[in-house]
Amino acid sequence: MKRFLLFLPLLVAVVVGVFLFKGIGKDPTKLDSALVGKPVPAFTLKDLQSPENTLNESLFRGDITLLNVWGTWCPSCRDEHDDLMWLANEKKVAIIGLNYKDSRDDALVWLDKLGDPYSTVIYDPKGTLGFDLGVYGAPETFVIDASGVVRYRHVGVVNTRVWEQVLLPVIEEARENG
Amino acid sequence: MLRIMCFLLAVAASGLSVADVDAVYDFDSRSEEQRYQNLISELRCPKCQNQNIADSNSPISKDMRNAVYQMMLEGESNDEIVDSLVSRFGEFVKYKPDLDSRTFVLWATPAVAVLGGLLLVVGVVVRSRKAGTATPELSADEQARVDKMLAERNQNGNG
Repeated sequence: MKRFLLFLPLLVAVVVGVFLFKGIGKDPTKLDSALVGKPVPAFTLKDLQSPENTLNESLFRGDITLLNVWGTWCPSCRDEHDDLMWLANEKKVAIIGLNYKDSRDDALVWLDKLGDPYSTVIYDPKGTLGFDLGVYGAPETFVIDASGVVRYRHVGVVNTRVWEQVLLPVIEEARENG
Repeated sequence: MLRIMCFLLAVAASGLSVADVDAVYDFDSRSEEQRYQNLISELRCPKCQNQNIADSNSPISKDMRNAVYQMMLEGESNDEIVDSLVSRFGEFVKYKPDLDSRTFVLWATPAVAVLGGLLLVVGVVVRSRKAGTATPELSADEQARVDKMLAERNQNGNG
């Protein structure tokens, strides 16, 4: 018994060490989306480029899409814009934009100047759809399968590495299952 | 003088930030206001992770406070309000997570620590009690030595 007690501090140190080691390299600011496995929330919002068109959640039916949340006020969105252009043009990925808490004029100027990687852009000036999606910091990119169900949410900039290592595997899995 | 200026500036700035965080919401009663305050202090800001939405000034916290207020106006219960935010932002926004397999360690650790400490104290006390009450018995040899030494001391002391 005495012997065992001598080893107790070592035991505690090992257990705590293993627990803490698992946390190394995890980014605590990246949260799993609560919407994974759930359909895109219902919404009724205008199209950014053609304000006469009203869009709703049926937009996400039929094909696997990326939903990219962006705004002209968001510096990281500028960072990832060229990569989104690359995805749309080279990889032929269908990207739907969610213009989040932005002004229509600014957003149109941005797309005009930098190019438009989006098949459609939902205009969400009050951030209502963003709120329902649990968006807490643009840019965020959701993978949405052909039946309109959220498969994955990536917080932060999309680039070639994120595309190859994170988004593409999720899309391929969604394709196999869907 | 500089110090006073700095102090005044700090005081003025703190006033500004408080004024900015507290959006004006009207409540019918004192208890409703208290309920609102309790709710927003229990909900965690997903963006600025170690603040609750009452303290945080980030846009997402403002939206969440506004959502809490709107849901209160619609007559929803505390659970309904919290669940609706959890369904959007995840379990993360609750400062008091539910007890399940993932959070079991979190909830159990304080109890285990207190119990362990208690056991340790009880162990130490019981042991010292035992050590204190048991009077050590001397063997016949030892008793004879003691008697001899005492006798010698008495003789020397008197002589």
